[in-house]
Amino acid sequence: MIASVGLILLCQLLGEIVVRSVGAPIPGPVVGLIVLLALLQGRDRIGLLRRGPLGDGGVERAAGGMLAHLSLLFVPAGVGVVQHLDLVASHGIAIFVILALSAVVTLVATAAAFLITSRLLDRRRGTSS
Amino acid sequence: MTNPSSGPFALWVYLSQTPLLWLTLTLLVYAAADAVSAATDRHPLANPVLHSVWLIGVILLVTRTPYPEYFNGAQFVHFLLGPATVALAVPLYENREVVLSAVVPMAVAVLVGGVTAIVSIVVLAQLAGLPTNVVLALAPKSVTAGVAMGISESLGADPSITAVCVMLTGIMGAIIVTPLMNRLRITDFRARGFAAGLAAHGIGTARAFQVDTVAGVFAGVAMSLNALVTSLIVPLAVTLLMR
Repeated sequence: MIASVGLILLCQLLGEIVVRSVGAPIPGPVVGLIVLLALLQGRDRIGLLRRGPLGDGGVERAAGGMLAHLSLLFVPAGVGVVQHLDLVASHGIAIFVILALSAVVTLVATAAAFLITSRLLDRRRGTSS
Repeated sequence: MTNPSSGPFALWVYLSQTPLLWLTLTLLVYAAADAVSAATDRHPLANPVLHSVWLIGVILLVTRTPYPEYFNGAQFVHFLLGPATVALAVPLYENREVVLSAVVPMAVAVLVGGVTAIVSIVVLAQLAGLPTNVVLALAPKSVTAGVAMGISESLGADPSITAVCVMLTGIMGAIIVTPLMNRLRITDFRARGFAAGLAAHGIGTARAFQVDTVAGVFAGVAMSLNALVTSLIVPLAVTLLMR
């Protein structure tokens, strides 16, 4: 358990170091995600990696535990933001309405683009085989 | 006569300054909100982030607790956001075949979705007659808070307005996505999850994991990719759309 959490933190630390030194426009934890993914892929090929938290399913359990309550982790920041609702409300109720409208449009456009592309690809694969 | 250095008030003063009280409150309120969410079969309106946030907000208001004092305790939970993002690698790895077979649809969807998020909010905000600095602060609202605030700052807008709008977008997106996708009869959990993560970042991803693991995995990928796409597109979109 300790080693698994340590490994996840180590990946994040490496991510932060990379992002800070390159000045990349992505968060350090996202690079950490890529590092951990590479380690998980790597252990399938390199026996040397298949030990400790990467060998006994420890990192899987630790990750599962953290992700099971992902919603909880947004609460502290959310509370801070709710205290500043006046910042937005001073510009009128319109802001709430346009945020909701934009969310609907974005959800539909994204899902539609995904489905249309995926169907076109399936059809092309279907005709070529 | 009551001695001000003892009694319930002194106890309150002591406790409210330790991390213990606010950490306990955060966990208990969330546990209650999550229990309600589970009891309603994960109904979108029973979103645990939404209800924890307003409940704790009211408690802080009533007890006149300044936010930094609350955060002193809640930061232990907040800290886990980073490691949890790294932890997304595990379900991504476990579902790698499904994800790899959808690389092209994901690439198209992140471009279409990322551009739609920015263009729709900038156009709507201008139609609503909002001042320029607010329009700029709204532009990156669909990406995760840290990245969105960075973009907003580089545009010369107020990052704290961006933070509020990011949170509102996340909560609204997480509530809207399930009924909207059901109404449109979209049953593909890859597409549903991807849309949730793209439009509503981490809170949308948390919602997607509540519904389906594959949806959660695609939401996580969408959130990460959109952070990149949005930070590259926003400066360009803003120059083209603002007048």
